[in-house]
Amino acid sequence: MEPIDRSATVRENFHQAKWDEPIIFELSTPGERGINVPLAEGEIIDAVGESDIPSSMRRAEPAALPEIAQPRVLRHYMRLSQQTLGADVNIEIGQGTCTVKYSPKINEVLARQPQITELHPLQPEETVQGMMEIFHKTDCFLREISGLDRFTFQPGGGSQGILTMASVVQNYFADKGEADQRDEIITTIYSHPSDAAAPAVKGYKIIHIGPDKDGYPDFEAFKEAVGPRTAAFFVANPEDTGVYNPKVKAFTDLVHEHGGLCGYDQANANGLLGVTRAREAGFDLCFFNLHKSFSTPHGCGGPACGATGAVKALESFLPGPLINETKQQDGTIGYAFDNSFKNDTHCVGKVRSWYGVAPVVLKAYAWIMSMGPEGLYETAKVAVLNNNYLFKKLMEIPCVDAPYIKGKQRVEQVRYTIEKLTQDTGITSGDIQRRMMDFGMHYWTSHHPYHIPEPITLEPTETPSKEDLDEYINTLKHIFQEAYDNPEIIKTAPHQSVCHQVDDSWSDDPAKWAISWRSYLKKTGQIKSGQA
Amino acid sequence: MIRIGLIINPIAGMGGRVGLKGTDGLANLAKSLGARPQAGNKVIRMLAQIPADSGVSLLTPPGKMGEEAAKTAGFNVTVLDMSVTGDTTGDDTKDAATLMIQAGVDLLVFAGGDGTARDVYRAVGEDLPVLGIPAGVKIHSPVFAQTPEAAGRVVHDVVRGRGSRSSLREVLDIDEALYRNGQVQTRLYGYLLVPESKQIQGRKAGTSLGERAAQNQICLDYLDRMKPDAVYLIGPGTTTRPVMENLGLEHSLLGVDVIENQKLIAKDVSEQELLELTKSRKVNIFITPIGGQGYLFGRGNHQISPEVIQQAGKDNIKIGATMEKIGSLQGAHFLLDTGCPETDKMLKGYTRVITGYRQEMIYPIA
Repeated sequence: MEPIDRSATVRENFHQAKWDEPIIFELSTPGERGINVPLAEGEIIDAVGESDIPSSMRRAEPAALPEIAQPRVLRHYMRLSQQTLGADVNIEIGQGTCTVKYSPKINEVLARQPQITELHPLQPEETVQGMMEIFHKTDCFLREISGLDRFTFQPGGGSQGILTMASVVQNYFADKGEADQRDEIITTIYSHPSDAAAPAVKGYKIIHIGPDKDGYPDFEAFKEAVGPRTAAFFVANPEDTGVYNPKVKAFTDLVHEHGGLCGYDQANANGLLGVTRAREAGFDLCFFNLHKSFSTPHGCGGPACGATGAVKALESFLPGPLINETKQQDGTIGYAFDNSFKNDTHCVGKVRSWYGVAPVVLKAYAWIMSMGPEGLYETAKVAVLNNNYLFKKLMEIPCVDAPYIKGKQRVEQVRYTIEKLTQDTGITSGDIQRRMMDFGMHYWTSHHPYHIPEPITLEPTETPSKEDLDEYINTLKHIFQEAYDNPEIIKTAPHQSVCHQVDDSWSDDPAKWAISWRSYLKKTGQIKSGQA
Repeated sequence: MIRIGLIINPIAGMGGRVGLKGTDGLANLAKSLGARPQAGNKVIRMLAQIPADSGVSLLTPPGKMGEEAAKTAGFNVTVLDMSVTGDTTGDDTKDAATLMIQAGVDLLVFAGGDGTARDVYRAVGEDLPVLGIPAGVKIHSPVFAQTPEAAGRVVHDVVRGRGSRSSLREVLDIDEALYRNGQVQTRLYGYLLVPESKQIQGRKAGTSLGERAAQNQICLDYLDRMKPDAVYLIGPGTTTRPVMENLGLEHSLLGVDVIENQKLIAKDVSEQELLELTKSRKVNIFITPIGGQGYLFGRGNHQISPEVIQQAGKDNIKIGATMEKIGSLQGAHFLLDTGCPETDKMLKGYTRVITGYRQEMIYPIA
């Protein structure tokens, strides 16, 4: 018997599952049921009546839901789940700026315990002391990690964290009577686009700063930007290029000299845990994405948390209620909601309902507890080490470059350029992105507009092993070689994915949009307007 | 069926290979120096991106101006009723383009350089979608695809009926006689309507605002800043155009228009007229840099002379540019060539560029 040949370094025979599965509404058969709920017995009806729901609140017609048996529902969603390229099946290096790390499954087990899933935010606080303790302790961890004085978990994601920072800034200056005068927020083009978009939602004028020749935010341009109209400076550091600005304190100092505030976008803090802190860099506000650096994990745009922190002077502006540690009369420690924000007209109030997504906070707490302070520092070191290895190996490929100072070390991610490959072969970074799907891997270009031509943004995190990194690198090399030898296969990619090239020309034409099943039926003439 | 007009400037690119910095009027010299035609091969590369059975109908001038290359690439072609003999000139390109408009083509594709783009523009104006295959020595105009293959993919998208946005792009050319003496003097000749490649967007990459919408935002911001009883000079270009459109005023895309109290005072003015109109008045200037180059003054807006600029003063000159346009400069600074060193000196340094509604970028002027 011959041993199996395992010499291939690239998964050339990868093929994603494709079930050709209809939409669940199309699987509906009238009268088919998942569960046949038995009618209540006569003596129960006699005791409590038909229903407690008042007739005015009941539907006249049953909801037009799919009618379908349980095994078919299960099969439907299992099939759809196999058609995704999730973090558990691919080497997640390709989603730069997203910090997609391995999230230990034990934390999911914790979050799915009935003690957590059955909690309700309207429960009396004496019955949820354990969850409140977890909120409080996670707040304390983030205070240590950032150097700031108080965190809220209410923001439901990174952009909401930025919106919260902008809201705090606005209310702070309203309190000082300077709201009208200070109407500008400064950011950089390599910070996350939300650092501009969220303050714009609050009515701020946005001032962008570009990079200098070395790729750091241009300090000379910054000096032109800062003035009496500056409300705040919101910036990511390292920026999306992976370049860390070591002179960030000069930036925050200048803003403070002009009376403005500084907000730190720490969505990508993974390479800085235990290394640098927001306070020492001169920031008044910051936010962490618990679903990135703190492993809770990314929920496909679902459960997330942009935990937002503030220095003492801004604490009272944070959205409420915050959770206070209290000493009971018998000397034991307890926890209480601080509802003073309701009477404080200067406080931001609420940016979201309740207190934040409790299972997300729990998972972050469990992860931090399992790592400990040394473990957090180790996380940063390994994330940077992995990035350094990937950077060195990719820069050895002739068609790959990284702009600004040659070979200058980045932190946890790098924005590369493959402009040379495009000039040589006509293959763009967007083409490579589609071809990577044929090997079961993600690959991300950049936010728009591209300030670096034909960009790739890769962030390995601490998760991948050297073997994983090598496989990713070999796959990229394989595709770059294809660009020279057989560009057609890249232009027509993906071939092994669920979907091939998608005609998205409809996206410019609202007449071709259907955002629900019912709207699809109406727009295709299968039901008339007004029908269910 | 989609009808595509295809025009090749057979001498395009020949000058470059023999160091002539352009081939306008010098085809014979280029040939005597050993240059070989190459535009036809680029068209064959472009056509290789389009399956011959895709239902495209090609219309070309005879012989080397299109017919030969299209047939080599395996396409059936309808040949225009015109004669092409000996060395071709820019007028042949213009005549072919005119015949194609009459024949009702949906898209005109040409292989050449900036000079060819000018010849096409003379016939087509801003009405018909046009795409350039880069084959010339001078490729300054952003009407060209990056490579012949990229051009082929845009054409294939059009053939397949994938609706793509079109936008007006500058037709630029340099004065070759001056360039051969080492001077770069770019002029803006007009705008062509260019279809954009509709590439599949990357994950997490928000769809960028369409160019026209982004330009409109910039102009809405500028309109908010306008004050009564002051003279406003609106410079050439598609970026500044929505100022006039939003006010319901006539405008000249290539010229400088003057407005006051939201009324058009003068359209497409000369330098002399500008000096008259602005005499002892409060003057404001709104301009946009030339795409891909970054010139603010001295290219395509010579009417706004140093005297006019001095009268407005640095603070009353506002620049509008979309983030895409700034991105296309890849970090290169804005440039000046007013012809007056003192004026250039006054304008140098960092400036606030309007990049959207209530959005600015601090950008350096070299």
